[in-house]
Amino acid sequence: MKLLKLPQQRKRRFGFVDSFLWAVRIGALVFVVVGIFGIPGVAGGPEGSLFKTLSGEGVSGEAWRDLFISGLAQGSMYGMIALGYSLVYGVLGFINFAHGEVFMSGALVSFFAADAFATAGIWESQPVLALGFTILVAMATSTIVAVLTERIAYRRLRGSPRLIPLITSIGMSFFIRYTFRGLFGDSFKTYPAAPGVLEGRATIFGVEILKTQLTVIVVTAVSMVVLYQFVARTRMGRAMRAIAEDREIAALMGVNVDRVISLTFAVGGAMAGIAGVLWALLFRQVHFLTGFLPGIKGFTAAVVGGIGNMAGAYVGGLAIGLVESVGPLLVLDGWGIPAVSQLKDVVAFSALVLVLIYRPTGLLGERLSVEERG
Amino acid sequence: MADREPVLEFRGVNTHYGPVHILKDVDLKVFDGEIVCLLGGNASGKTTTLKAVLGMVIPTTGDVLLNGEVCSDKSTSYRVERGVTMVPENRRLFKRMTVKENLEMGTYLRTDKENLADDLERIFELFPLVKERLGQKAGTLSGGEQQMVAVGRALMARPKVLLMDEPSMGLAPVLVAQNFEIIEQINEAGTTVFVVEQNASMALSIADRGYVLQTGQIVLSGTAEDLLSNPQMRQAYLGEVD
Ligand SMILES: Nc1ncnc2c1ncn2[C@@H]1O[C@H](COP(=O)(O)OP(=O)(O)O)[C@@H](O)[C@H]1O
Ligand SMILES: [Mg+2]
Repeated sequence: MKLLKLPQQRKRRFGFVDSFLWAVRIGALVFVVVGIFGIPGVAGGPEGSLFKTLSGEGVSGEAWRDLFISGLAQGSMYGMIALGYSLVYGVLGFINFAHGEVFMSGALVSFFAADAFATAGIWESQPVLALGFTILVAMATSTIVAVLTERIAYRRLRGSPRLIPLITSIGMSFFIRYTFRGLFGDSFKTYPAAPGVLEGRATIFGVEILKTQLTVIVVTAVSMVVLYQFVARTRMGRAMRAIAEDREIAALMGVNVDRVISLTFAVGGAMAGIAGVLWALLFRQVHFLTGFLPGIKGFTAAVVGGIGNMAGAYVGGLAIGLVESVGPLLVLDGWGIPAVSQLKDVVAFSALVLVLIYRPTGLLGERLSVEERG
Repeated sequence: MADREPVLEFRGVNTHYGPVHILKDVDLKVFDGEIVCLLGGNASGKTTTLKAVLGMVIPTTGDVLLNGEVCSDKSTSYRVERGVTMVPENRRLFKRMTVKENLEMGTYLRTDKENLADDLERIFELFPLVKERLGQKAGTLSGGEQQMVAVGRALMARPKVLLMDEPSMGLAPVLVAQNFEIIEQINEAGTTVFVVEQNASMALSIADRGYVLQTGQIVLSGTAEDLLSNPQMRQAYLGEVD
């Protein structure tokens, strides 16, 4: 939807293009490091391994690699959830604490689609179609929940002090959570196992990856690129950015502010819906409380990455995913702590606190101060 | 002139910010093709007047009419669609967007995409510098350049009525003079201009008519020549400037 065709358009630079490139650079660096150490590590086994935890114990490169990749997959999903927090914060300047429930609603409702496909045998015979449709169901559900939340609760509060929509969002979070419990009961629903084509491992650049995790990483990456293009290049995306910067002037340009804010919630909801299905594919169980921890982690990711910044949400998600996956073993193992991986949430939230202390704007955060948003 | 329909009219407009009464029974008319200025000191209600034109402030009583249509409670985008737009006080560009994107924001409601390239060329004729800055973030421009982009952004909407809020504010004197020349050119090309200014002599030098606002009330109005020779006016506003 380019409105103007100009020879110079290639020269334009966005803050978050730069940020995105940085994320790619950091990611590439990490991959190189893992590539160098990982392969000999795999070959050598624990004794010959170059990998050591802080306490000095050797761990096989294979174990590190698996932790790293599952951290990436986990982090990609946090990033998808974080986007919803970040987009809404960018446009309205408040944290929508009901966003975890938006994620849960998609995961929970899509269970019925997935289950029906599995019963009918389509899940196995037409995996792409079945998964695609399941994702669509989740996106639609999460989008509707997110848009309704805004329409019913937040819109009326737009002029009120910032604390009020924030508290309201906590209320909405409970409202949605227990509405879904009322609708679908409090039992765990067991998602069908990933279709046969996604069983086992694939080898990418010599690295073995579980196909489910690979799916998660690829689907989130593609979604991120599509969303980024939408926000950077389309008329509606420009309207979203305009509202984030100066709502009054955006309206002066003729932007229908209510509609674009609805759209922002819809986009955040759609992303959370996709994440919901991916989550269910990996963990296979959904429940009305499924949104709680991922919601908080997504929020953490958004803050760690720099709230209001789209690339930051993704980078923050990956950072939290990696830290909680690799961190416990790296930092805590060998000190006589039982079951270090149980402490992954401790490590993740410690990372949040550290980032807030040493870099309050987040990893890729701009000067998005409270004052500036008015 | 009196028998023509005004493109913009206020009929007894009163506005409040909470309990504070700002505009008091403001009546004014702007006719097609005119340059009209609204003069007044700090905090006299000039910006509030423009916001009332666009529906960013809704009158508590009285009516705002655009092309004869009562628009008092219509949305901003409704009014923008009817050909009114504004160059706001302090430009208020989208600083994190490029210059080109800022100009594109001005075309947000336009459906005649085929004419956009021509309009852009027209902006480049008025402001050759803007062409060189297209890919640059608006926040990195100087004040004078930002003013050009802000005017360009407003013109890209092809307004029938252009509102300007203190175009001289924060600009070097040479740029102020340039700015007012541009306003005249825009007007000659067929756009009605309603300009708000503290710099009375500058504004009156290009305007057809003017109104003087004092603590929310119109205290004086007339043709530019009348106002320039009005003793009250000379003492209160022009004396300080000259
Ligand atoms: N959003 C607002 N809330 C409350 N008071 C305001 C607001 N905007 C302006 N005012 C007050 O209204 C009066 C007129 O303001 P304004 O129209 O901006 O004046 P001017 O543009 O002539 O300097 C001032 O006293 C100002 O403090
Ligand atoms: Mg003002």
